Amino acid sequence: MSATVQTLEAMERPPVSMGSRLEGELLEVSMGPQHPSTHGVFRMNVALDGEIVRKLKPVFGYLHRNHEKIGENTSYLGSMPYTDRLDYFCSMTNNWAYALSVEKLAGIQVPERAEYLRIILAELTRLQNHASLLGFLLNDMGAWGTPLMYAFREREKILDLFESLSGSRMMCDYMRFGGCRVDASDDWLVGAKKIVDRFPKFLDEFEELILGNEIVIGRTQNVGKVSAELAINAGVTGPMLRACGVNYDLRKVDGYGYYPHFKFRIPLGEHGDTYDRLMMRALEMRESVSILQQAFAQIQPGPVLNPKVKIRAFRPPIGEAYGRIEGPKGELGFYLISDGGPNPYRYRVRPPSFINLTILEDMCLGHTVADVMVILGSVDIVMGEVDR
Amino acid sequence: MIGSGILKGMAVTARNFVGSYFEKDRLITVQYPEERNPLPENYRNFPFLIYDGDDPHAGLRCVACKICEKECPPQCIYIVKSDDKKPDYMGKPQLYPKVFDIDISVCMSCQICVEVCPFEAIKMDKEFELSKRERFNHLLQRKEELSKSNDYYHKICPTDAAEVDAKLAEAAAKKKPAPAPSAPTPVSAAVS
Amino acid sequence: MMESLEEIKARIQAAAPGVKIDIVANGSPSQQHSLLIDNEHAVGIAKFLRVDPALRLDFCSNATGVDWLDRTVKKTVKVKKLVDGEEKEVNETIEGKIPGYLEAVYHLYSITHKHGPVIIRMRTADRTDGARLPSLTPIWRSAEFQEREIFDLYGVRFDGHPDLRRILMWDEFQDYPMRKDYREPDDYEWEPTPHDEVLEKAKQHYPPRPAEEELKPS
Repeated sequence: MSATVQTLEAMERPPVSMGSRLEGELLEVSMGPQHPSTHGVFRMNVALDGEIVRKLKPVFGYLHRNHEKIGENTSYLGSMPYTDRLDYFCSMTNNWAYALSVEKLAGIQVPERAEYLRIILAELTRLQNHASLLGFLLNDMGAWGTPLMYAFREREKILDLFESLSGSRMMCDYMRFGGCRVDASDDWLVGAKKIVDRFPKFLDEFEELILGNEIVIGRTQNVGKVSAELAINAGVTGPMLRACGVNYDLRKVDGYGYYPHFKFRIPLGEHGDTYDRLMMRALEMRESVSILQQAFAQIQPGPVLNPKVKIRAFRPPIGEAYGRIEGPKGELGFYLISDGGPNPYRYRVRPPSFINLTILEDMCLGHTVADVMVILGSVDIVMGEVDR
Repeated sequence: MIGSGILKGMAVTARNFVGSYFEKDRLITVQYPEERNPLPENYRNFPFLIYDGDDPHAGLRCVACKICEKECPPQCIYIVKSDDKKPDYMGKPQLYPKVFDIDISVCMSCQICVEVCPFEAIKMDKEFELSKRERFNHLLQRKEELSKSNDYYHKICPTDAAEVDAKLAEAAAKKKPAPAPSAPTPVSAAVS
Repeated sequence: MMESLEEIKARIQAAAPGVKIDIVANGSPSQQHSLLIDNEHAVGIAKFLRVDPALRLDFCSNATGVDWLDRTVKKTVKVKKLVDGEEKEVNETIEGKIPGYLEAVYHLYSITHKHGPVIIRMRTADRTDGARLPSLTPIWRSAEFQEREIFDLYGVRFDGHPDLRRILMWDEFQDYPMRKDYREPDDYEWEPTPHDEVLEKAKQHYPPRPAEEELKPS
């Protein structure tokens, strides 16, 4: 099977190279929304020529609950638990992005210890998100269960950390404007450090299990290639963008939080295919481990919440702010307009996995149906965030 | 070499399979409900109301100020203020909730009611086995089901309960030089 | 460092005379001011922002809609008036009406130069028939789904968009749910919340049941 990505115009007619097949019409198939490998309720309308994808239109909205309208009808604080439910794998980074936007809007300072805790939790989130993504991706490729269970075993340990700190495994609701809700005890930090120290062992094992496997290589290399120009123009962010070789990581570019105080590298891909996207996650996890170890070494005792910020009846000044962070899936931004009232006038989420799907059709054209699942898996979507 | 990746993978699975008998790190499955993981102290589930002493009515800390009802993001709390007043923990006459309902099928365990409560009257419970036979009425918890004693809170959350007790005792001491006769004795001494 | 919005505005107007650009100030501590560009030249301005070597805003991070209803603005003006035969300065309140409009906001960054954001906004003529804007999808493809979302939730029609359909709501849906004056259709399902308005709403749809009596707050 040739893996060249062709343009939509060229797809209108079946190519001549299909001569051995019977001349026929394109077959329209609706994949999803109840397909197990669509990661929730995502649906694609696919036009197939034999098994080759000739057109692909994503269909959204099966999980749509108008999150933005809910955000406009609740107070600033009341939206914080709702952000957990956007990308339910990474509630900590969602909290951070929202808190960061409100802090920009109201000009709130965050104490140093809170910044360190935020970085620790965000990087732990990245670890568990990337680990489970690799597991799911292997699951989509047909490696039933085993890699996913190994990944979930590690994720479970991190979720237990979240639970003992914030009270909930996935719906953490941990950050507040101007800091974090509760302080982490020394025992918690020691326990977290122990888990992080053991994490590279899991990564070694995981990479031995899958990343050198010839089936994985055969299924992913040269599949779903994206050029750097297209990726930038289509607003693709996160590991998907860096897999195309574009050096753009908001932790370095914006330097939000205390990230400028940390030393870490940005792994970059070369080909922009599925294998690079997969490797990108594996390499980023190693960098996250290094960031975490620096954070555990540097964190100092102190307050975790800015006492000047009111919990109740919080009203930022009139204006607007757009804050963004590097979430595990890409650039997660919140755009808020305040009219001086207790609720935001406009509350907008920039969902990374939704915008990363813009080029799904470009990646899938010319590939087989089985590859569509792998490509979709490598985009890393969570429907709670895509449909909002 | 073709097949080496598969052999390596089999070696990893074999190591995990055998290792799960010896290393606790590799076997994290718990045979619920016979076996249970201990819940962390910060664990939260659904809110409940605290009362001091033995009488759920007399010792209820809630003064029906309706702040939690207003702040609750999914609007799952419903409060009706009382017509008469009863003394609170400092002996000051206060209103109390005639109706206090929490619809736990709507509640999303966000803890905002606990954070905004100025009277330390509402706290998060740890009970999670809450399956009910009927979807609608049984998941609406009334004041009677929600009221739980301070001793219970000390049992599930000892650190925070002791802190709260110390805070309330301090506030009571500051407000009234002579201890009010109706004020319940703090339980913090028993724990610390 | 990136040049200021005034410099950008001056350079665009030097490159294409006759283009109307206003700077919308933002009073909040975020200090993210924005450029209000006119709809006729929007595509040209966007192209300029993208290809200009000093700016190279090649990454459109966020595109979103905002609904602004009709507003009355009260202004206090000092007016000279004859009071009791004497000329005096009197404060008088004048009511001005600002007709409502829909707005599309784009947050632009540069991946090449790693700077940003430059925020551009476009405003529709009104909130009904004139709710049209030029699409910027030909310039930044990342606006493709986001403009569809603005169309879906706010009802702004984007001229030049390759595939303008509803995206989150279903195709047959009529209204635009993110508008501020949107009223949700009265198809509420019975849920046993103790809040009165919900009960009232539910009562119109379902005959009273014995269970409902029980639920009522005593």
